[in-house]
Amino acid sequence: MKAVYALYADPDSAQLAVDSLRREGVAERSITVISSEPFEEYEFSRRDKPTWIFWLATAGGAVGLILAYLLASTTQRLWPLVTGGMPIVAMWPNLIIMFELTMLGAIIMTVITLLITARLPTTRSKLYDPEVSSGKILVGVENAPDDSIEKLKQTLRATGGEVNAG
Amino acid sequence: MNLEKKNKINDDLLRPVLHTSPWFYVILLVLGGIIVAGLGSWMYQMSHGLVVAGIKWPVYWAFYITNFVFWIGISHAGTLISAILRLVNATWRRPVTRCAEVITVFALMIGAMFPIIHLGRPWLAFYLMPYPSERGIWPNFRSPLVWDFFAISTYLTGSTLFLFLPTIPDFALMRDRTTGLRQRIYGMLSLGWQGTTKQWHRLESAMQIMAIAIVPVAVSVHTIVSFDFSMSPVPMWHSTVFGPYFVAGAIFSGIAALIVAMAILRKALHLEEYLHPVHFHNLGKLLLTMSLLWGYFTFVERLTVWYGNAPAEMAVFWETQTGSYAPLFWTMVFCNFVIPLPLLGIRRLRTITGTVIASSLIVVGMWLERFLIIVPSLAMKNLPYSWGFYRPQPVEIMITIATFAAMAFLYLLFSKFVPIISIWELKVGAHPRPVLTPQEEEEAQELWRVRP
Repeated sequence: MKAVYALYADPDSAQLAVDSLRREGVAERSITVISSEPFEEYEFSRRDKPTWIFWLATAGGAVGLILAYLLASTTQRLWPLVTGGMPIVAMWPNLIIMFELTMLGAIIMTVITLLITARLPTTRSKLYDPEVSSGKILVGVENAPDDSIEKLKQTLRATGGEVNAG
Repeated sequence: MNLEKKNKINDDLLRPVLHTSPWFYVILLVLGGIIVAGLGSWMYQMSHGLVVAGIKWPVYWAFYITNFVFWIGISHAGTLISAILRLVNATWRRPVTRCAEVITVFALMIGAMFPIIHLGRPWLAFYLMPYPSERGIWPNFRSPLVWDFFAISTYLTGSTLFLFLPTIPDFALMRDRTTGLRQRIYGMLSLGWQGTTKQWHRLESAMQIMAIAIVPVAVSVHTIVSFDFSMSPVPMWHSTVFGPYFVAGAIFSGIAALIVAMAILRKALHLEEYLHPVHFHNLGKLLLTMSLLWGYFTFVERLTVWYGNAPAEMAVFWETQTGSYAPLFWTMVFCNFVIPLPLLGIRRLRTITGTVIASSLIVVGMWLERFLIIVPSLAMKNLPYSWGFYRPQPVEIMITIATFAAMAFLYLLFSKFVPIISIWELKVGAHPRPVLTPQEEEEAQELWRVRP
């Protein structure tokens, strides 16, 4: 992988670098911004479309609900046990099991979606610099064509970054 | 925030992880000794049978179930409070959330052990699992004990993930700051986290959903624990107020435990710059609200029983008000209501010291509350010929003490391996904040000032 990146001390310079790269015609998907904390007030990325995570969590909850109903009602039918004059399939107490497994389904699906969409866990070598953990912000271009590397370096340097190539 | 400030946060919060004081080992050793004594008591109970515990007819639920309810209640300190503060976007929450979430996970683990200890023969614990068998034991989804199993499992799973997810970026930070085996372990725990814009966005979305999901689960857990009692026609148990009463009590004891834990961490790990008086002040206000709510529920419960004047209930009522359990009852009222009210209600007294005193008393008071709910009712059930008495035995007392030591032990170990304050969240909290009115600004400055 050919990558060019620069480290910035503050988010304003990093934003400037991202904007310059966009102006240079670098594709949005090739620009990577890495930081040790989220910067919600900056527009480092335009490719963050509305996430499906909320809907998938709901779907996970629905699966949990159905499984809970099947677990409770099927077991009650297979091993009928009259308790306290309640019907064999007693919906009031079953609602408790259904509620718990609905929430469990939603929680587990949220975590699975997070891991898949954030591409975790991974052992693949990626664009990264340990300086990020010291608070610097990495702005880089992944898979840059050979003939554009020098120009990219100039752009990143012009916006105040410490340029590196990886 | 400049780089020096960020690095100072990194250094300050990683110091307890990267450097170990000799005191750490001394405290660990003392706590470990108490835990071993507790385990020894449990072994003794296993070899001699439950006869060495004070539980006997008619009081079959006593210290162990009191501890079970108490620790499940304490578990409400973390995930629930953290989730609520996340949802309302309380910016002061940032140094508090992880301290709180850790309490939940460990308190749930300790609480969940008690039904197993209470069994007497823990190797038969699998009998509790709701699966059909040839022993004539049916999975009974109408039993509150099965509801407990589902509720506690869901809450423990959710809380562990709720704690783990926001720790991933901090594991990545530690991966970059350590070497050798530690680096490899933190590298694995960080799952290869980079910190791209997309990863941050996904993590924050996931935490938002988790926070929404975990609040009703936490409420359901203690409601279901209350069902263990309120579903039985036992005097003073069969009450519709028990669900909310237990939930309020759980949040109450949870916040109190959190304040005590924060004060100890602040002092022991020198986190004075991060755990400010404002955190204790704000949690103190929450605690005051819960103290009032607890007082209200206790009054409502007592008044309803007294007004109903049912003989079986009145026997338990008077035994706790003026009889042999009265000293415990009134100690509970003083610990949970009478003393905390001025300490937390008067602004000048709502200092770190004031909130810690109130919280310590509340932890004691809430343990007594659980005991007073369980034991007197079982000791004085409907028919006087079946009345009995309960006296705790050394085995039960030792196991109870050991669980407190286990909580401290696990908490200490956790703070040794993971930053007890979320580093990245703290940095986000230092981003420019909205301008306040001059009066609000003055009040905020006053509260954020570091003072003992």
